[in-house]
Parts: sequence; C-alpha cells; structure tokens
Amino acid sequence: MGRAGTEENIMAKYLLLKHYRGAPAAVNDVPMDRWTPEEISAHVQYMNDFAARLEKSGEFVDGQALAPEGQWVRYDGEGRPPVTDGPFAETKDLIAGWMIIDVDSHERAVELAGELSAAPGAGGRPIHEWLEVRPFLTAPPTVPECLAHG
Amino acid sequence: MDEALLRSLTPGVLTVLVRRGADFAAAEDAVQDALVEAIRVWPADPPRDPKGWLVTVAWRRFLDATRADTARRRREDRADEEPPPGPVPAADDTLQLYFLCAHPSLTPSAAVALTLRAVGGLTTRQIARAYLVPEATMAQRISRAKRTVSGVRLDRPGDVGTVLRVLYLVFNEGYSGDVDLAAEAVRLTRQLAARVDHPEVAGLLALMLLHHARRAARTAPDGSLVPLAEQDRGRWDTRLIAEGVGILQPALARDRLGEFQAQAAIAALHADAPTAEETDWVQIVEWYDELARLTDSPVVRLNRAVAVGEADGPGAGLAALAELDESLPRHTAVAAHLHERAGDRETAARLYAEAARKATDLAERDHLTRRAARLNVHRGGR
Repeated sequence: MGRAGTEENIMAKYLLLKHYRGAPAAVNDVPMDRWTPEEISAHVQYMNDFAARLEKSGEFVDGQALAPEGQWVRYDGEGRPPVTDGPFAETKDLIAGWMIIDVDSHERAVELAGELSAAPGAGGRPIHEWLEVRPFLTAPPTVPECLAHG
Repeated sequence: MDEALLRSLTPGVLTVLVRRGADFAAAEDAVQDALVEAIRVWPADPPRDPKGWLVTVAWRRFLDATRADTARRRREDRADEEPPPGPVPAADDTLQLYFLCAHPSLTPSAAVALTLRAVGGLTTRQIARAYLVPEATMAQRISRAKRTVSGVRLDRPGDVGTVLRVLYLVFNEGYSGDVDLAAEAVRLTRQLAARVDHPEVAGLLALMLLHHARRAARTAPDGSLVPLAEQDRGRWDTRLIAEGVGILQPALARDRLGEFQAQAAIAALHADAPTAEETDWVQIVEWYDELARLTDSPVVRLNRAVAVGEADGPGAGLAALAELDESLPRHTAVAAHLHERAGDRETAARLYAEAARKATDLAERDHLTRRAARLNVHRGGR
C-alpha cells in the first residue's frame, strides 16, 4: 500500500480497446470469416469466460461490441438538421469494441489485456492481436497533491 | 430515516453476532441484509430500539441462512462439514473490526470495500456507486475480501498504520455517487480516534478536518478547481478548522511525529493565514523538510519546491526543483507555476500546456489548460 501524500490511486479504470482496423497486424491474422464455425464458437466462449472471470475477481466494469459501420455526424447551424456522411471505406481507425476494467495497478491492466489478446482464432491458436490500453482520467483527490494548483 | 445512526450501529450489531458464535463472513452478510431491510422499513415504521431491531433481524437472517446452508449440505450428503464455531472477540469489538477489515493480507481496494461495508454500514450498492463499478463486481470484491480474512482471529490487536491508510484512501476518493465518502471517512476516523489513543490517528483526523473545511472553496460553480491562493477564505469552515487544530496541537505536543501529523501541520498553517500573502511559508518549508525525512515521497519534494519558491522567491524554488527527477508526476506543472511566478510567461504557458497533456486527473488537466490559455491570451498569441 502506498504512502500518504504520494501518488496513489486505489483502483484505476482502464479501457481495453479492440480495433477492426488501425491496430498493427496480429500474429495469427486470419479474418474471422475464414475460421471454422467451431473456432468461432471457441473464440466467443473465451471472451465470455474472460468477462465472467473478471466479474468474479471484482474487476469487471463493462464490455461492449460495436457494429463495424457507422456514420459521421456534425452540427450544421441553427434550425438545420445535422449533416451526416459516410461510412467511409477508407477510415483507418475502426473500433470493434471495448472492455472496461477496474484494477489495482497499471501492471494488472497490461496483464489482463495480454490474456484477452490470447483469445483463440484460426486453428484454435491465440490471435495475438494488439489491444489498446488507455487509462481513464480520474477525479481530483480530496487532499490536493500539488501545492501549485491544489 | 437517520442513516448516520443506522451506520454507526453497524459494527456493534456485527460483533454481537460474532460473539454469539457466527463466523465473520456469515454474520457480515446477515447484518448487510438487516441494513437493507432497515432502509426499506424504518421510514414508515421506525423502531423504538434501533440496535435491538437490527440485532434481532440480523440474527434471524443468520439462522435462516445457516439452516438453508445446513439443509443444502445434508442434501449433498456432507453434513459432517459444519462451519467451525466463530472466534470470540476481545474487549473493544469495533476496534477489532477496523483491524480485520484493513488486514495487511488485503489489497487496498479490498480493504476499502470491506471497511465501508462492515464498519461503515454502507450497502454494496452504495459502495459500487461511489466507486463507479457494477454492483455485482463490488459484491464479488467484498466476498473475496471476506474469504481472504476468514482465517484471521478477531482477538489480537492489529496495525493502526494499515487502518489509517485505508481511511485516508476513502477520504481521498471524495464525493461521487450518492455517498459522501470524505464525510464517511471523517466519521469512521472520529469513531476510531474515540477508541485508540495514538498521535497519528489524531493527526489523520486533524488532516481530514482541515481539508474538509476548505471543500466548499475548492471548486468554482462550474466545477473547475480553485487553487489555494485564489480561494475565498470566507468560505472555509472555521468550526472544522478550530476542531482540527484543537486535535492536532495535543498530538504534536506528545513528540511522536508521523506523516499525518506533519501533513496536518502544513494544512493548519494554510488555514491560519487570513490571506494567501500572509501564509507562513518559512514554517511550511520546515514541515516539508520533516515530511521528507519521514516519507521520502516525490510528492513531498515537489511541494517543498513550491513552498521554497514562496518563502525564498521563484529562483530558489526552481533551484530546488532542479535537484529532482524530471520524470516525476507533476514536475512539469510545478516548473510552469514557478516560471509564471518568475515572470517568464512564455515558458510558463508552454510548460502548462505540456503538464496538461500529462495530467491523470480531469479537473487538473482542465485547470492547467486554462492556465496556459490565460497566459497565451495575455501574450496576444493564438
């Protein structure tokens, strides 16, 4: 346990982000539609088991998957409907889904992301896909940590 | 319904069950059920003897659960595995609960959750909301914590230091959800201070009260952080400050200094200054020197550089900062502040923007960004 007055966050939330596109290539980089149905089932089972395990360990916050195609939307001025565009086939960075975890350390977040990346793919072998690990910004502590702006 | 009363009764009810022979985990579950029931029933039908009511309901729940458990075991043909008789706690039961819930075998997050539930009397739902996680997740965290301490006997004194860390963590979590964790930490620390005569317990309570006193002045109506130097000191709670100082002084007089007392002493010096300009920075630097001897914390050394900058001028502050590792969190923010004090707006604006990118806390990031923006506007640049 850390010391009073030192940098200490009891639990910190991390987003584990999975990309359809935009991440570096996985080791076992075969698109899912070329897997056998059994391989797909094994993959889905692994993901469900992983989430259930995190719930048991008291570290699970949320997990969601996103449809690959979406629209771009922006404000177009007073009294006018929003402008929509896309989807663009050339969009480089496409989010596939996420898991949010609440863990005791950054090391634990990395460890869990590593396990998630080991989900089985083609041939029943781990995909080794790249997952993005992003810390949440926190709320300010009650005891300010910095005199300069506390 | 008086929720504060309900919560203050929790540890007493729990220890009655344990003394009657229930094991800690089962007793704690039963008390939690009774609390949830009380929240439901009391508003319409307040009991004449709240503690007696809670003991009766919790004991009944415990017996029901044990019977169901025994029946299940019998069905599973494992009737020989009766739960062992629970430990019998010593004189001050509530104190033993603090030690148990902050047991060194628990991770900080597990200790915090268990303390809030078993000593603080918060429901799992309230704790889950305060920490922004699903209720099921928090329930699992608490069950695991109870399993971890299931073999610990309740009859030996524990380590006050670990209890203080847990309470400090709860206090620092502040206010989120429908539970005021800072106020809850103050309440639990008061309860502890009434049972343990220890200068660091007094130090932590004083520290909490002195910071709690400034809470209303710390944030602007739009939610942005107001730095200490710019706070409206008329909004500080003078009653809490007086109480904090009144607790700290006799503790310091015992000459057993610890980090919480030293931190409280610094907070007291700030509280004592009618205006930011009248702050006794020379004494504050001395207290940071004490703290650095006690903790070797990088945060302490950074704050010392800020204090030196106020006591001896920004040049001296920058010299103190130059001795510290640049990779320390908030090093850039402190450098920006000292350069601003020295009148070097351009460097300060650049460093504030850089510090904002490195910030790990949302309010702090926004504050640093505003600082940079303000300096950039004054320089006429875009």
